[in-house]
Formats: sequence, structure tokens, C-alpha cells
Amino acid sequence: MKKPVYLDYQATTPCDPRVVEKMLPYFTEMFGNAHSVTHSFGWQAEEAVELAREQVADLIGADTKEVSFTSGATEANNLAIKGLAHFYGTKKNHIVTVATEHKCVLEAARRLEREGYEVTTLGVKPDGLLDLDLLETTITDRTLLVSVMGVNNEIGVIQPLAEIGALCRAKGAFFHSDGAQALGKIPIDVEAMNLDLLSLSGHKVYGPKGVGALYLRRKPRRVRLVAEMDGGGQERGVRSGTLPTPLIVGFGEACRLAKLEMAEEGKRLRLLRDKLYQGIAGRLDGVGLNGGADKRIPGNLNLSFKWVEGDQLLRGLTDVAVSTGSACSAATLEPSYVLKALGLNSELAHASLRIGLGRFTSEEEVDFAIDAIVGAVQRQRAQSPLWALHIEGSPLVDP
Amino acid sequence: MIYLDYNATAPLREPAFAAMAEVMRAPGNPSSVHRQGRQARRRVEEAREIIAAAINAPAAGVIFTSGGTEANNLALTAFPGRRILASAVEHPSILKGKVDAIVPVDRFGVIDLAALDEMLSAEKQPALLALMLANNETGVIQPVAEAAALAHRYGAWVHADAIQAFGKISVDLAALGLDSLSLSAHKIGGPQGMGALVLADSEVDLQPLLVGGGQERRNRAGTENVAGIVGFGAAVADLGDLAVEVARVAALRDRFERAALDSLPGITIFGRKVSRLPNTSCLALPGVPAQTMLMALDLAGFAVSAGSACSSGKVSPSPVLVAMGEERLATSAIRVSLGWASREEELDSFIGQFVSISERLVREHQPA
Repeated sequence: MKKPVYLDYQATTPCDPRVVEKMLPYFTEMFGNAHSVTHSFGWQAEEAVELAREQVADLIGADTKEVSFTSGATEANNLAIKGLAHFYGTKKNHIVTVATEHKCVLEAARRLEREGYEVTTLGVKPDGLLDLDLLETTITDRTLLVSVMGVNNEIGVIQPLAEIGALCRAKGAFFHSDGAQALGKIPIDVEAMNLDLLSLSGHKVYGPKGVGALYLRRKPRRVRLVAEMDGGGQERGVRSGTLPTPLIVGFGEACRLAKLEMAEEGKRLRLLRDKLYQGIAGRLDGVGLNGGADKRIPGNLNLSFKWVEGDQLLRGLTDVAVSTGSACSAATLEPSYVLKALGLNSELAHASLRIGLGRFTSEEEVDFAIDAIVGAVQRQRAQSPLWALHIEGSPLVDP
Repeated sequence: MIYLDYNATAPLREPAFAAMAEVMRAPGNPSSVHRQGRQARRRVEEAREIIAAAINAPAAGVIFTSGGTEANNLALTAFPGRRILASAVEHPSILKGKVDAIVPVDRFGVIDLAALDEMLSAEKQPALLALMLANNETGVIQPVAEAAALAHRYGAWVHADAIQAFGKISVDLAALGLDSLSLSAHKIGGPQGMGALVLADSEVDLQPLLVGGGQERRNRAGTENVAGIVGFGAAVADLGDLAVEVARVAALRDRFERAALDSLPGITIFGRKVSRLPNTSCLALPGVPAQTMLMALDLAGFAVSAGSACSSGKVSPSPVLVAMGEERLATSAIRVSLGWASREEELDSFIGQFVSISERLVREHQPA
């Protein structure tokens, strides 16, 4: 077993070796620019890109013409939200999103707000899920876009995409979802879910970093955008720039593998995840599960630990790679805004760990992680005045 | 098949490939604070330093992007208050943006400094000037240092698209007096999907194009493409002694051009009279359509292009040549571009075939 044990699969995943294998020839002998139409180096690259486009489209039930490659989910989310608003903004200018969205969705919405768009950021229920009745009353005839992530990057909860999609369709609003954490973890069907726009990422699904995609519906109502990047007009003018053929090949292969293996992998991870949870919660008091238990991807746990000082928690955990929140905000000392949106106070949000399991997580690693996490919490508690107060039964820590 | 289209993309350099193959298999988001994350962060920062040093820029000024197009777009949208001036021969990633005024070029494709002076003096507020260091189609090098000195007198921000110049001639951000420049990894034998906008002053406050997790000092959100960044750094480190490589490639290119000029009386080589990249040859045989020439060369086993890769799918003549007043020849123009893996034997074989194919096509396309 290699240490540190990697349990941060929501931050990024290692590239599957089968994905790397598929990519390698496109780095070396088949290195052409996919937009070169005058020679076989270009044709070869273009053919590979189009096969990958089929593989991505196939995993989400889309047509290949509806898939545009980007540099990742952040770019796809920026393009979806700002690009859509800039195209339709003169007709409708209301955008609805959710407090637990990824930073790039919230920041894109904030940018639009500064430009004069009206943005409603909905809260979530204590389990992390969106209240559909609240959403229904929020959508008006001026609502251009509803953006709700499929799976949360910190707490792994699965939003009811089909229900949200039906609501948006009925009310005439476009429905966008940040699918970075959902892709390859839960089945996605753009038709059944009435998705109009869907952002995808390569490196969260055992593909490479630096590639993602944006799905844009063509029928019955075609989604139009103002491109964020101008230039050579690649990707039907949606996104200019030379396509990174090897990365796209890798992303395609990652999607193909996900489609084949998602169901089995989910079962395996669920067993491991439940073992991890029971192992920790069975040996420690004051362990809370952040986010609902049922509507959750199998590879995620997010646990809070009472009576410890949060910023000390990671220090004792050198041989297990987990995180306290999303990777983007890992270096800041701010408690997770996602956990606060669930109603956790700052102390408990600080004293929480995101544990992400994935394709290469073994039972041995889970056993090791249980001991390491339980040990770290016990050591922190031994030094913590909060724990001492708890033992004394002080109402200061246990009101 | 012999590849002579390095200005479209270059084969990956071996050290870049090796470095990436290793990094790709490791998990690690550089923003994560655990060991795998810190290791990824270290690799990103090492690459940043290599790239900065190669162009005499501060490491903190390097903002990694998904490529040259994004870097150029970021430069153009970074300062919403400034009007944008760009030359007529810029890459579409500049010209398709919100350019307010076009700086004309002469018949060699070199910007008109007197016209630029006049345009800058007419601007009421300090503008943003975007100039390419070297043209992707003709290889013509612009007098960027002179233009930058001039533009700075009017308080302009000077951005150079150095995508084609980098790795082919010396690029020194400080010596050129630039405020920013853009780079692309795959044009120098690094990976596709990777580039950078480089700032002379890393503290400058710019409006990002992509917002989100606040990576790249809040200038460019998105999980860093660690393998791509590492590959870019390794490719830059592999550039070696540029003077030697310039001389080697120029000798090959010049030998080809000499042979073409000697055997094909009607041939025009664009930009030959002015300062040019050592690797690029843009030429036309009057009356021979570029498509016909490209097909014949492809059959003979040579990969070259007509103009840039982005526009090579379209039939319209190259806007660069049109801006140079070469409408008549633009539909006949092809681009031969060499690079780090080009070998003497490849050029020998190309020269012979090119001359005989050209002679045949000229005969076939002579007006009856």
C-alpha cells in the first residue's frame, strides 16, 4: 500500500492507466493539429477528436453536435452561464442558482450581477438538497436560467435533476447543470433530465486535467451563446482555440470506461464507503454526516467531528490525503460555505473532513484510513479544551 | 509522411513527453494541501520558473491558460476601459475580439509605425495595443520594441502575441518593453491545450476571463492542467541554445527557398525582404491554386498547409496576405514551416519533389 493513501477523489482523480495508454500515441506519432485539413496528421487528429466526442455524448445521451470541448468544467461553467446571459440578456435577465454550487458558478453569477442581471441564490435543505417548491415559486417569466449542480463537490449529494428539468421546461427557463462531479458517478440523460446545458470535466472521471466539455441542446429549442473566447472559430464558433487532441482522446476513453463500469464501481465503492463510515462513527462519539445519507454518490463521505479544533485536524493526518472542503479553497482558512449552507456553525464546519473514494481505493486503504482518522481525532481531542469540557459535561460545548 | 507544418503544431519533445507521462498517472490537485497536492503545486511552480526565465519575465507574472487563444482573449478583455488597437495581420484570436481600430501594414506585412503614432495620438484615453511578434503565416517579425516604446509614450498597454515567435527567435519580455505577451506550448513541441499570458508586472489588476476557484493568483480559475504545465516547462527547458537552432533551421529553409527561386521563375516568397522567422516560408506560384498544390504534395508524402490551421478549412484567401495587398496571389499561397525535429534529409527530399511538382503544376495551369 502506497502512502499517503489518496482519499480526495472529489478534488481530482488519477488518470486511469487505460486512459493514459489511449492518449500516448497522440502525444507522439499522431501529434497533428486537428484543424489542419491539408494533410493526414490533421485528419488523424480530427478523427480521434470525433470518436472522443461520440464517447462523451454517449455517456450523457446527447448528440455529438451538442458537445463542445473546453479546457475544463470551470471554463464550461463560465461559458454556459455568462455566454447564455450575454446572448439572451436583453429579453430575460433573471438567473437562479444555489448557495452550494461550485465557486465558478457562483462567481460567474456574481459577475453577471455586477453587469445588471438579477441573481437569486437559493438555500438548501439540511440534507443539502434543493427545495423544489421553493424553486418553483422562484422561477418567473423573466427567469432565463436555472443552474443547479448534479452532484455536490463537498458533500456528494445528488440533486433531483429530472424534477428540476421538468420544472424549468414547463416554465420556459433554460436548465444548466454543473455535471463535473456527477459524470461517471450517476447516470445522466440529457433527455430524461431536460438538461439544456451541462458542464463536464475530464479529471474528475479518471481522465486528464485541462479538458472538459459543454453540452448545448439543439432540439427542440436550440441553446445559443456568446462565445467567451474568439479566434479560429473552432467548435462551431462556441469555443476557439486549437483542440488538445491527446487530452480529448483521454477524456473520451474515460467516458467510455465510465459507461461500462459505473454500476459495478458504484456497488464496490458503496460497500467501502459504508465500511469507512461505520469504522469511524463506531469508534468515535460526536461524528456527524454532512449532507443526506441516501441521495449521495457512493464515493463520498463528509464528516464533522465535535470537540476538536478544526484547523488542527489535518495536521495529524499526514498519511491520508483528505481535505476540509473543496480544493479551490483548501488554502484559505474560511470554513466551507457549503457546510454552512446546511446549517453547520463555523466551528463544526471547520472540524469537518471530505473523504473521497474512487476507482483505485482498496479495502486495505480504507482499513488504514479508519485507524488513521480515528487516531488523529483522538489525539486532537486529548489536547483540546473542548473535549475536556465535554467530558466534564459542560453546557458550553454541549448545550 | 514528412511533416512541414510546424506553425500549425509541433511534435512533442521527448523530455516533455517523459515528464508528462509520469505526472499524468499521479493524482494531485495543486490547490489541495495534502502531500499529493503539494507535490503537484511544486511541479507547477518549477515549470512557471523555467518559462519565466526563458523570456526574462517574473515567475509570478506567468498565468497559465488553456492555450494561446485563451491567453490572447484574456489580454484583450483584461482592461475593459481601454480601447483596443491591433495590426491588420494579427491572429484571429486577436482580430475576432473586440478590436476598435486596425493598424495598417505595408506590402511586406510590417506595421506602419507612423500610422500607429497618429492613431495613438488620436486616442483620448490610454489604449491597449496588440501586436504579434511574428506572423503565423508569413513569419514576418514586427518592430515590436519600437512600437512598444512609441505606445508607452501615450500610456498604452502593449501586448504581444509571441506564440509563433517563441522558441524560434529570442523573446525577451523586458528587452522588448512589453506589458504582456502570450505563449502557446504546442507550437514549441510542448503539449496542446496549454499556454500562458505573461505579465511584466504580476501585481497588475486585471479582469479575469474565467472566474471560480481563484487559481493563478485570481487571474484564471480552473484546476491547473498539471501534466500540461509540466510538459510546457520541460519543452522550454529543451529549447537548448536558440542561436544554434536558429542557424540550423534557417540554413534548411534558405536552401529550400534558394532552390525554389532558382528553378521556378514565377515564384513569390512573401516577406523575404524583411526580418522573418528562420523556419517559415510562405510562397505562391501564380495561377496554381493552393489546394491543388497541397493535394499534390500530400500524395507525394509532405504535410504543408495553406495559411493557418484554423482557417485552412475555409476557401477564403488568407486575410494576412490580403492585408499586405496580395489578393491576387493569396489563393495560391502555401506555408512550409520547419521545426525542432526537421532533418536535412527531409528537406533534401522535399526540395526535389517540390520543384518537380511545381514545374508540372505551372505547366498545367498555364493560360491556354
